[in-house]
Amino acid sequence: MQFPGRRKKVIGSSQNDLYDHCLQFYGQPPLENISLTEFETFAVERLKLLKSVENIGVSYVKNSEQYVKKLDAEFSSLNFPLRTELGDRRVQGGTSEYEKRRKDHISHFILRLAYCQTEDLRRWFIQQEMDLFRYRFGELTSKHKTDFLHKNNLKYETVSAEEKKSLKDKLITSSYGLSGITVEEYDFYKVPFQDALDLVRTRKVYLLAGNAYIPHHEIVTIVLNDFRTRLSKALAMTARSLPAVQSDERLQPLLSHLSHAYVGQDYSIQKNMGKISLEQIDALSGKSFPLCMRHLHKALRENHHLRHGGRMQYGLFLKGIGLTLDQALQFWRSEFVKGKVDADKFDKAYAYSVRHMFGKEGKRTDYTPYSCMKVILSNPPSQGDYHGCPFRHSDPELLKQKLQNYKVSPSGINQLLPMLAEILELVKGMHYQLACQKYFELTHNVEDAGFSLNHPNQYFTESQKLLGGGLEIKKEVDMSQRSQENPANMTRPSQANSKQAHEEMGDLDSFFQDE
Amino acid sequence: MPTSDYDPACLPDLLPLYYRRLFPFSQYYRWLSYGGVSKNYFQNREFSFTLKDDIYVRYQSFTTQNELEKEMQKMVPYKIDIGAVYSHRPSQHNAVKSGTFQALEKELVFDIDMTDYDDVRRCCSAADICSKCWTLMTIAIRILDRALREDFGFHHLLWVYSGRRGVHCWVCDDAARKLSVAARSAVAEYLSLIKGGEETVRKVVLSDPIHPFINHSLSVVERYFCQYAIVEQDILGSKESVDKVLALLPEDILSFPVVLGAQLTVISLSLTYFDKEIMLQYCYPRLDVNVSKGVNHLLKSPFSIHPKTGRISVPIDLKELNTFDPFEVPTISLICEELERPRADEAEDDDVKDKENEQEAGERRRIRDYKRTSLAKYVKVFDRFLEAMARSRKGEMLQKSDLQKDF
Repeated sequence: MQFPGRRKKVIGSSQNDLYDHCLQFYGQPPLENISLTEFETFAVERLKLLKSVENIGVSYVKNSEQYVKKLDAEFSSLNFPLRTELGDRRVQGGTSEYEKRRKDHISHFILRLAYCQTEDLRRWFIQQEMDLFRYRFGELTSKHKTDFLHKNNLKYETVSAEEKKSLKDKLITSSYGLSGITVEEYDFYKVPFQDALDLVRTRKVYLLAGNAYIPHHEIVTIVLNDFRTRLSKALAMTARSLPAVQSDERLQPLLSHLSHAYVGQDYSIQKNMGKISLEQIDALSGKSFPLCMRHLHKALRENHHLRHGGRMQYGLFLKGIGLTLDQALQFWRSEFVKGKVDADKFDKAYAYSVRHMFGKEGKRTDYTPYSCMKVILSNPPSQGDYHGCPFRHSDPELLKQKLQNYKVSPSGINQLLPMLAEILELVKGMHYQLACQKYFELTHNVEDAGFSLNHPNQYFTESQKLLGGGLEIKKEVDMSQRSQENPANMTRPSQANSKQAHEEMGDLDSFFQDE
Repeated sequence: MPTSDYDPACLPDLLPLYYRRLFPFSQYYRWLSYGGVSKNYFQNREFSFTLKDDIYVRYQSFTTQNELEKEMQKMVPYKIDIGAVYSHRPSQHNAVKSGTFQALEKELVFDIDMTDYDDVRRCCSAADICSKCWTLMTIAIRILDRALREDFGFHHLLWVYSGRRGVHCWVCDDAARKLSVAARSAVAEYLSLIKGGEETVRKVVLSDPIHPFINHSLSVVERYFCQYAIVEQDILGSKESVDKVLALLPEDILSFPVVLGAQLTVISLSLTYFDKEIMLQYCYPRLDVNVSKGVNHLLKSPFSIHPKTGRISVPIDLKELNTFDPFEVPTISLICEELERPRADEAEDDDVKDKENEQEAGERRRIRDYKRTSLAKYVKVFDRFLEAMARSRKGEMLQKSDLQKDF
């Protein structure tokens, strides 16, 4: 493969040296020729792997036993290298370890091409590659870890024995699992805090005068930081040489397909633009909004205000379900005006940010509605905020109360308690999206949601599908006229769920003008 | 009372006077130039102004101190915010190829806002503050100042009163200005102990082992807790407020809060840290991570006016922190009034003025001017801060030249 514009380092040693460790930093691009078929297969398989890394990471605590087991399984089935030695020929007739490492190397670089183009893609790619690296490094033996550090010239400053002695108590209380003895015996590394951000962020390390004191077993975090920095720089460089690569007609469609495929539907293209009327929102919030949006909507109605985080999360969701810019402006203005904001102030201060959401201001980015991952992982709510994921960010007690309040239908009460318990278990185990799926099943009275939840707008679409046979509804003005003229033409709920759904349909009467 | 009654309607008259004769431009310029070590540091800095009628303008930048003065005197901003140092002059950002105009550096900043404590203060709410809840700011400053200096190794911190209900911290070290978004967010999270919004009752959860940072913070909180929470906020004074305290305890614990000596102690049957958690929930600083995270985030400038209160955003002298009173901070109306008071030796100085060139004279006049007002002592605090940075820069340069054997 040619990577035009990139400096090519001369590899003096033989091919065996290149892959003599099962883990690598991807410092040097591959220099061989491969077929287009291999190019595509490698890329797609790595993509599947990264996507699994993402999903498993949301469903299980990272680096817990289950997490590791699940990832191990993925690795085997997709033929990526684990921790065996190069010379190991245990696998008969399967891919050799050497082959796996080669695939690891090449596929990483191919995906760089596909994922270097936008900030979002880069962020996603870096996040998954880091999680992947962390998992693989964690699985190495101590010797292999040290080997890796040496091979990659990673030298970190060790803390002297006297310093360790004087700081002993502080070191013990700042890192998990350390005692007086271990402090004396173990190596500690002193690195500038900027190189140990993950440990600093979670307060898992002792800080003094700008330095973080890292016990040996936490060295992976430092290595990861290094990894992230290098990968970030590399991606920026790749982006610059991309035009040359994209001009190759054979590669362009493949790369484009890759970067659009597995990051999931982003609901930025509003298929249903203008099909929802503002009057429907209250009803819809009870029927088809995921809990987070229902919560935000309620807070907005009650307080006539939402802070920035809430406005973004809810505003973009509304855009995703089909509100037009004008509707959105009307919606927010009418609500804020009921509170402490007069129409004038709204137009000056808040209207700008609504237009911004729709890509009509500033750098005109058409912001995409947040996925569950984004809601769960970024910008946790603080005092005065209503955004976030209730399954992640609410107190279990309050969550329970809320769930009980929201489930109004009498027929569901018997199912309610065990389902609630299940939801709370899922929340405890940190399976927030699964808990929300359970909430979907609870409120829609179905056994199985029938989809794997990872986006609030997906929740809405699936709910509408279930309740009303799709949202092929005409605009508000047409609605009342049409239905009065031709009641027989109204779409009926799909047969499969009609029995259960019918009870739920009660409130939707006014919506459909059914008999 | 040191506050001449302030009326926002007077701003259009007071502001021009303030910018002409009182705003400490030369110190301000000195600050933001950082010794001229980096080329174009001041020129590439973004300012944003809020003008009369809420007109907001971003990407303002200036090439010299003189230009800054002239523009501010011309535009008469009601609010001034400071943003990042960019790769190009912000005022020319449209002329730059898209994608290349980027925020490069900015001070690490923190914003502590009293409204974020509404769930734990009984004396006031929303934009109000009083001497009782101001203690929360004192606690916040002590805790954060120590951590930023001792744990993170920063030296040049400027604490500023926001003008109404909070304080800001500007960490101006070289290393701080160069921090990435990820690093800023990590620092802010390290310093955050209060987690959760409206839906979370118990916002502080401690577990073994207790990190040294938390212990340091607790010792600060404990110093103030009895006087602040038990006496002034009276958190055990009514059934309602006691219930709020008890709500923070885990359900299955049989216990009750008791004041023993200077500490809130919870007598209970199990070993947990909820007495510490309660004290932290009531007193520990609440900072907005989003303010600290962004390199391009705009924050209210020191020495700007707060249009609602008329107060000047003044630097806080940490040596006098215990006696700092936000209600004693001068308002723009006060200092404009003080300006009008005649001085005995004024006649003399006027003669001197005629002999020098106009700009210098203007500056001298202005230096004399703010010195006649209550603003003087705050500019002194700022001067000391700038001196310390200058000394440290000199020290670094000497070190560097020693290393290069450059005598």
